[in-house]
Amino acid sequence: MKSTLKLTLGLTSAMFASTAVSNVAHAEDLTLCWAAWDPANALVELSKDFTKESGIGMKFEFVPWTNYADRFLNELNSKGKLCDLIIGDSQWIGGSAENGHYVKLNDFFDKEKISMDDFVPATVVGYSEWPKNTPNYWALPAMGDVVGWTYRKDWFSKPELQKEFKEKYGWDLAAPTTFDQLKQIAEFFQKREIDGKTVYGASIYTERGSEGITMGAMDVLYSFGFKYENPDKPYEMDGFVNSEKSVKGLEFYKALYDCCTPPGASNSYMGEGVDAFKSGQVAMHMNFAFTWPGLQKDENVGGDKIGYFANPKGPDGDQFAQLGGQGISVVSYSDKQEAALKYIKWFANKDVQAKWWSLGGYSCLNAVVKDPGFPASQPYAQTFLDSMAIVKDFWAEPSYAPLLQASQKRFHDYVVAGQGSAKDALDGLVKDWTEVFQDDGKM
Amino acid sequence: MLNRTADSVARATPEPLARKVRGISDKGLAWLFISPTILLLLAINIFPLFWAIYLSFTNYRANRPNEIVKNVGLANYRRILGDQDIWIAMQTTAHFVFWTILLQTLIGFTLAWLIDRKFRGHAFWTTIILVPMMLSPAVVGNFWRFLYEPQIGLFAYAVSFVTGIPATEIGMLSNVSLAPWSIVIVDTWMWTPYVMLICLAGLRSIPEYIYEAAEVDRASNWRQFWSITLPMALPFIMLAVLFRGIENFKMFDMVNLLTGGGPGSTTEVASITLKRQAFESWRTGYSSAFAIILFVAVFGLANIYVKALNKVKQR
Repeated sequence: MKSTLKLTLGLTSAMFASTAVSNVAHAEDLTLCWAAWDPANALVELSKDFTKESGIGMKFEFVPWTNYADRFLNELNSKGKLCDLIIGDSQWIGGSAENGHYVKLNDFFDKEKISMDDFVPATVVGYSEWPKNTPNYWALPAMGDVVGWTYRKDWFSKPELQKEFKEKYGWDLAAPTTFDQLKQIAEFFQKREIDGKTVYGASIYTERGSEGITMGAMDVLYSFGFKYENPDKPYEMDGFVNSEKSVKGLEFYKALYDCCTPPGASNSYMGEGVDAFKSGQVAMHMNFAFTWPGLQKDENVGGDKIGYFANPKGPDGDQFAQLGGQGISVVSYSDKQEAALKYIKWFANKDVQAKWWSLGGYSCLNAVVKDPGFPASQPYAQTFLDSMAIVKDFWAEPSYAPLLQASQKRFHDYVVAGQGSAKDALDGLVKDWTEVFQDDGKM
Repeated sequence: MLNRTADSVARATPEPLARKVRGISDKGLAWLFISPTILLLLAINIFPLFWAIYLSFTNYRANRPNEIVKNVGLANYRRILGDQDIWIAMQTTAHFVFWTILLQTLIGFTLAWLIDRKFRGHAFWTTIILVPMMLSPAVVGNFWRFLYEPQIGLFAYAVSFVTGIPATEIGMLSNVSLAPWSIVIVDTWMWTPYVMLICLAGLRSIPEYIYEAAEVDRASNWRQFWSITLPMALPFIMLAVLFRGIENFKMFDMVNLLTGGGPGSTTEVASITLKRQAFESWRTGYSSAFAIILFVAVFGLANIYVKALNKVKQR
């Protein structure tokens, strides 16, 4: 009887102890918020090492891209405690810094000897700094990303197509280096029969609801000479946003949409672009670099069939690309900021960053991307490096949302719906953006 | 046994409480019962309405909680009423409401009239016709998006088969002229059964003896329809129009799922504009003012309509 009692007491104590321990561990769990996409799955895998090393569990809150901004900006604005760590979009940095959503990381970086000089400069400016180009850091560059292009290498290398192309355009069919060349290739493939199937020239961004068409159009406009403002007089946009060169750029984007996209591609963004390329519909495909690892592995279009190229040059030889990607920040409303900072410290480690790249994430650490073996590490690695060297980003002002909404409307109205001219669209954009900055008291 | 339990409970009730309960009048008791509902309504309907009215006079932005909220008077209202894009959105909404109601009423009434003939299997066909209405708008929006696909969609193939136009050229959702109709078609497909149901109730409420009297007077079928069927079913038709009008004025889900307001702003109805201003541009004060304007417009129009409906009923 006595031994039974002892056994019962022992088991009960063990149960209590294990519950208590699991509760303690649970209380220390960190929640990381991000978009639901391939790199997020890679991060889940990577973070298992953090849990192993620190004993801190990781939970993840991933939201599809279409709701990503709505969901997490709502969370931050309502001072919610759901996210301890957040990988927020690059354009949120201004608003999140000024509204106190993110913890400023300067002291932490100094204490832990994390230097921003160790990261690719464009990613530091794009993902971490607010105000831009000042040493005020609100995030650690986490996921480098940029808009680039993939193409069907197997189609490009067909001798009969090469011959026909050379006869028609006078140059060899290969990855384009200028936008003019890109359009010629797109026209060449549009509605062509390849392997018994009708194919189309290119998949480009045309999505209306979130940020798609702005990312796509800007990707072209930059290389045509578009500038957000007078470099000598901030917020002076007239003559820069709607310059003649910008107008030419927007006209080019519409011409590309009209001539060379698949039928019904009027609301296409990252997912639709991947679908169009994977299903063998298009010869070229504009998309963020994060899609490349998945496409490279694809049985139908990956491997030797796929090639990559950086955004081509504009008419004057300028070459820029739209920056994507995000930094990782600690949410100021979190009760677990210390544990969250531990995660950031761990994530900044060189070995972790190297593993991050190997799992399909895009590291921004110089030690990883400038490693001599990096360009050959993946077929798309060199294109990624080339693209990251020419990035530009959309406004990262606290008012980025209304600024983005205005460009979404103006670009979609002109490019997809064919309303008005490119000049009207860009003049309208100057008007809308001026109103936003006037409301903010910045003009 | 039950009485004994009740007696013992009554005896156990403390005297002060028992006196209080005995003192409550019927009216007091009624208030006691409805007060939770009233409080709930005040909390989730009336308070937000007054809060939105207050916000509509401010420059408040929900994404800037630390910013000082300034009173801007009627500036938001002036800006909305002078905003060309808002008027275009209102026109798009009116266009959408007009065509959906017209088609749904015509088809719905015709279907109700046919079903009312009580042919063999009419109950089965009634059930079949009602199916679209029972589906979730999210499901309907998604599968129609696939049906409209120019490359794989059945709709495009069917139209191509009939007209000879290549299916890839039938961009229902991407073509500026076709996109508004794509939404009208789906809404009509989904909600015509609802109109039919209300009209059917109207037709079944007409007493048979009126038709018998008309037969005696040798009134033709056509005359019976114009002089008996239509006037007597009119209040029901008007009721259906009212319900669908209010619903379609605030239509959001179907447009959002099918076109997202595009191409360009071709199908951007007022509710989509409102959502963009409120939750994408975060202009909370401005969007509150817009919501109030929409509310007043719907409320005013619905009131005028209800008065007209009452007049028709009294005839």
